[in-house]
Order: sequence, then structure tokens, then C-alpha cells
Amino acid sequence: MNLFAIVRVGIRSGLIVGIVAVFIVLIGMVQTFAKRYLTGDLTLSMVILLAFGLAAGALAARQVTKSSPHLGHKVLAAGISGLITGVMLAALLFVISQVSLRDVLVNATPEMVTALSLGLPLSSAALTLVGMTVATAVIAVLYGLAPPRLRRALLEGLMAVILVGLFWEAIIGLDVSRLVMKFLGVKAGKVLPLPGAIGLLVVVGLATYLLRARPHLNTTPTRPKSSSAWRYISLVLIAGALAALPFAVGLFWSQTLTTIGLFTLMGLGLNIVVGMAGLLDLGYVAFYAIGAYALALFSSPASSLGLGLPFWVALPIALIFAAISGILLGIPVLRLRGDYLAIVTLGFGEIIRVLALSDVLKPYIGGPQGIMETPPPYFFGIQLSDPRYLYYLILAACLVVVFISLRLNDSRIGRAWIAVREDEDVAQAMGINLVAAKLMAFAIGASFAGVGGAIFAARQGAIFPMDFTLFVSINVLCLIIIGGMGSIPGVITGAFFLIGLPEVLREVDEYRILAYGAGLVIMMLVRPEGLLPSARRRLELHETEAEEGVAYGTR
Amino acid sequence: MALLEVDNIHTYYGNIHALKGISIIVDKGEIVTLVGANGAGKSTTLNTICGILKPRHGEIRLNGESLNALKPHEIVAKGISQAPEGRRIFSRLTVMENLEMGAYTRSDRHGIAQDLERVFSIFPRLKERARQVGGTLSGGEQQMLAIARALMARPRVLLLDEPSMGLAPILVQEIFSIIREINQQGTTILLVEQNVNMALQIAQRGYVLETGRVVLHGSAKELRENPQVRVAYLGETQPQAR
Repeated sequence: MNLFAIVRVGIRSGLIVGIVAVFIVLIGMVQTFAKRYLTGDLTLSMVILLAFGLAAGALAARQVTKSSPHLGHKVLAAGISGLITGVMLAALLFVISQVSLRDVLVNATPEMVTALSLGLPLSSAALTLVGMTVATAVIAVLYGLAPPRLRRALLEGLMAVILVGLFWEAIIGLDVSRLVMKFLGVKAGKVLPLPGAIGLLVVVGLATYLLRARPHLNTTPTRPKSSSAWRYISLVLIAGALAALPFAVGLFWSQTLTTIGLFTLMGLGLNIVVGMAGLLDLGYVAFYAIGAYALALFSSPASSLGLGLPFWVALPIALIFAAISGILLGIPVLRLRGDYLAIVTLGFGEIIRVLALSDVLKPYIGGPQGIMETPPPYFFGIQLSDPRYLYYLILAACLVVVFISLRLNDSRIGRAWIAVREDEDVAQAMGINLVAAKLMAFAIGASFAGVGGAIFAARQGAIFPMDFTLFVSINVLCLIIIGGMGSIPGVITGAFFLIGLPEVLREVDEYRILAYGAGLVIMMLVRPEGLLPSARRRLELHETEAEEGVAYGTR
Repeated sequence: MALLEVDNIHTYYGNIHALKGISIIVDKGEIVTLVGANGAGKSTTLNTICGILKPRHGEIRLNGESLNALKPHEIVAKGISQAPEGRRIFSRLTVMENLEMGAYTRSDRHGIAQDLERVFSIFPRLKERARQVGGTLSGGEQQMLAIARALMARPRVLLLDEPSMGLAPILVQEIFSIIREINQQGTTILLVEQNVNMALQIAQRGYVLETGRVVLHGSAKELRENPQVRVAYLGETQPQAR
């Protein structure tokens, strides 16, 4: 590889990362995080700036590695790449500090200048930015040279620091942490102290280094067959932990946990429709809305029906309404596949929301004012309005739904769904009743969402059409894609990541949709099977590798 | 009474009159072949028998019982299963799962286990690959899997749609000898083929289709010797040459 080519690689990667960096700065991400301290004086915005340099270096080095093994070549390309990224950032800093661009770019405020210049005067800030990106770019190359085991240890250590640093306030706010701190007689500041961060890095890094004797990412460690006694013990432990959770974490986190639980319910329902039966439903929020409205109508004394039925009577009614609406949607779309199905279901979701808003139905379901006074559920006289109690109701619902999902997965109908997902025509030729299989998927998926909606209505105390936007559907779909389609643990993980994280990281909220988009793209590139995929899905997506391995020897 | 009777069926794709009165009879234990060029209506006939397409006129009977009102999955349960054109195996499921899917309509565990063994004895290569994903099989193996999957329904009539499609000549030979073996074990087969030569070698009787009509039928031997067939399908240039 000649020098010219290396320089070209460097310039190209620098430009790519530079453009992304400028974009991220201009949408105001850096200044938003300027007040979020990770550890000591290190803010999240500084971390983002450092990440630009790392990305520039890593991108350049990766491209050089394909054709040249020389360290010098990599460092050169990475250095150029970092230089260009740095220069672009410095130029941006210069422009926004001299010219007011606020008419067009609303985020180009003095705060952006401060965040980008790290509080330094302009000229030295520009130099610092360039120097920093070049240095981090080179560091990225060196990191790439380290043995995989060390690399992994470093990565996990850094991840631990970032996670603990980000959630520091939330962590010290936990009821348990308060107790522990009281016991130890220490007081925690608002920021993870620097020595603590270094300690954490070292401990987690060392632990990873020592425990992962085989650092190879692709070989899953063979788990020793656990005896049934162990399984019971771990089950009991998990059950205990789940039961104790709301009182260990306090009110705020319990509220977040109930939201995560509701989305887990919906995720598991949509997982049946999309993950198992392969029917892409983009209007899933409709069933959530129908469940919520049905519960509100029957249980609220202020609704048009005015029945004021107790929660436990209204809940099955809501479930039945949702299941029937699932079938009613299912019938007209039986013959549609793929994109067409997605578009029709998308429309259905919107129709339900528009109907809920409409003046025609206003006398019955309240139009934009929604339905007020949905009573909280009672359980043997205990009012479940405190999120810490409500948590148990949602946990129970989730457990029931998980159990049903697991059983369905192994059942005859589950098998039929797999066949329908793989090839509808052949499924029919195998003697599978397509109509029944599809309607069953829609009905069961819808009833899970209906239960979620009903609990949501009871939790909120009032419901409005605005609670049921398209974004809910997208959220649920994203969480099952990111968690791993068709996988039950995946859905739960996805709910924690997509619903739990933004609840805790409030600043991120503004960039939620951007983060979803970026997250989805990255997932599709790096790990298309999701975070915790089902064995089958992994098989499906890594089919080509298996083929290369097996087929050549045999044909 | 014949096992499968196709009685003067007319099938339409929208307004296109695809089958213009096809009548076919398949007796128990036979291999009957439907041959003809592209667009003659061979696959349409099979899909009509399976219930995927509905005939506008005419009737299809299995053991004298009309299948017209039945849905495709009910027809499978009655005992007609097919290995579809282009194989169409479940490429992301394992060989074993594909076979189990073939037995979807059945609930006799014992019989399914027996049939699995039978299928593995006919196709030993599938046994070796039982845990492998269908898509990783070679073309010939996929065809075997498609046939095996159809057999798992323990059909009274097995419909094979172009089993030789896209296979190397040596594999075509192998597939056809397996088809004959399956027939000798007692399964009645209706075979659709473009490879007329091979089809007429293993079949007892045949029907020649052209543009939605049966233009010729008779024993395989008669068809092989028929001058029209020889010119149109067996690649002979002079009708009288011998």
C-alpha cells in the first residue's frame, strides 16, 4: 500500500467522522451534556468529543488493516483522520463563535461555543481540539493492537465506569444505597469521584481479564449442566430479588419499572405477531388503546357508561375487546403480506387514535379530553396506586404472559406460526390452516397489548388519545428488534434498554428518536439478531457462515 | 373406482382461462405423469388438486369423495400432499424440523416415528444432515427433503411438481430412481415433469397437456412411441425416423 493510498484513507475517514461530529455538535448534543458529569471534572460532552477522535482513528486503522499490516501506516492514516476531524471541529468552533447562525441552526448558541471550547480561549481551544482528536485517534490504533483479552478487559472496565458514572445520581438515590451509606457513615457527592472511577475501572478490568480465560467472542462458554437443585435455588433467588425490587429501589425507579413492565407486556404480544408468526404489524398501539379505553369505559364512574365496575371485572372485558379487535383487523389483512400488511396495520393504528380524538365519538369516549377517573386496582382491599404496589400487578401480568409465550412457542400453533413466517404457501401445503394461525396470532398479540393498556389506564387514572400515538408502536417494535426478535429474554432486555434508559437519562429524551434510529442502524450492521436472540434467529442470520463451513466439504 | 379423479375441471386466473376441461384418473399404486411445455397448465392442475386454486367447473374426487368444498389444509388431511415446484423447503429450519412440519396434520406419534425411519432409509443423506439447516443443503438434497417432507404426511397420493428442475443429470437419475422406489413401497404418485423422457420411463401412464387441455393420454410406452410426442418433447427431428 503506497503512501498516497494511506493518506487518502486517512482523509476519507477523517471527513466521514468529521461530518458526523459536526452534525452531532450542531444538533446540540454536546452542549446538552456539558452539565452531566461522568466522574470528577469529566463531563459527558468531553467524552463525546474524545469519542470523535477514537472513531476517526478506528475507522482509518480498520481500512488500512485490510491491505497493510504496518503499524506506521495505521498510525499515519489514523493521525491524518484525527487531524481532519479535529480541524473540522475547530473550524466549526471558529465559525459559530464569530458569526451568529442561530436563525438557521437554533442550537448554535454561546453554550455551544463554551461546550466545544472546554472553557478555554478560542485559539488555544482550537489547538486543544485538534491535538485531542489526533491523540485519541492514535490511541484508538494502539488499542486495536492490544491482545483481545486485554482489549476486552479495558472495554468492560470503561463501560462499567460510564454506566456507573451516568447513573451515579440514580444509584445513590436508591433506598438500598441510602441504607448502605448510612451504615458506613459516608456521604456521596453528586458525581462519581475520580478515584472511585479509577478503582472501578481496575476492578472490573482485572475481573474481566482473569475470568474470561477465553476472550474469543464467538465461542460461547460451555455452561456446565446445572443440576435441578441449583436451578431451583437460582429461581428462588431471582423470585426473591424481583419481589424485593420495588422497596429496594424506591418510588422513582418503581415507576420506571412499571413503565418497563407495560412495554414488556406489549413487546411480548408483538413478539408473537411479528417474531413468531412473521406478520409485521405497525399499528400495534391500537390494541393498547382499545384495552385502555375498554377498561376506562367500564371502570370509570365518569365515563359515558358510568358503570364504575371494579378493575378485576373490567380487565377481562378489556382483554376480550382487544382480542376481538385483533381478529377484526386480522380478517381484512389475511391475504396481505410483508410491506402491504405493514402499511394497512399502520393505518389501523392511526384510525383508532383519530377515532378516539374525533368529535363523533366524543359523547362516548371523550374526544381530546379522554376519560377521567379510572380507578386504581384494589387487591384484597389494598389500593394499588403506589407504583411500588402496582409493580407487583404488572410483574404478575408479565410472568403470566411469559409463561403463555413459552408454552405457545413449543405448541402446535407455535409450530404453525414458524411455518407461516417461513413460507405461507408451503405452510398451507403442509396442512396448516392459514386463516386460523394468523387470526390466532393477531388475537393473542392484541390481548396482551389490551391487558397492558388496561393496566396503563388504571395506573394513569385518566387516559387521553395522545397517549396512543404511532410512537408507541415504533417503540415496541424497536425494543423487540433490539432485544432479539422471537426471543422472550430479548424482549425484556429490549424493554429495559429502550424504555428504562431514557427514563433515567432525561437529557437523552430530546434525542430519543435519533438514538433509536442510530441504534437500529448500528444493530443491523453489528448484531442483526438482537442483543439476546433466540437460537433459531441466530441460526437464520448466520446462515451464510454455516453454509460456508459445511457445504463446501459436502457438495 | 379410481383413487384420484379429476373430472373436467376449468380453472381461471382472474379472466384467464388456464385449464379448459382437464380430466385425469390416477389409480391406486400407479405413477401417472403430466407432461407438457411451459404454460401448458401442469402446475395449475396440481394446485387445483391441492385446493390452492378453485375450479370454476368440474370436480376433483379422492376415493369418490368430492374435494371441491375443502380448504387446502383439509385436503392435506384427506391424504394428498405435494412436493412443490422449486422445492420450497423451509430453508431456515433444520432438516428434522422440516420433516416434522410435513407431519403437521398427524397426531399418531408412533406412526410419525415409523415414517421418519422409513424416510431416512429412503434418503440416508437426510439422516446425516438431520440437525443441519435446510438452506445449507445442496440442490439435490433439498429436493430429497421436499419429497421426504411430503411423504411425512403419509399421503394416499403424492404430488411431485418438477422434481428434476435445476438438478445435474446424475442427480436427476438418482431422484427418479428414488421416486420409483417410493412408488414400489406402495405410494401412488402424480408426477409433473418437463423432463418428458425421464418421466415416461418411470411412469405407467401419462397425460400430455397443451394450453390447458389434455391432447394425448395413454400408457407411458404408447406415449414414448407416439411420433408427435417424439418430435415435440423427446427432441427428435424427423417424425418417421426410427
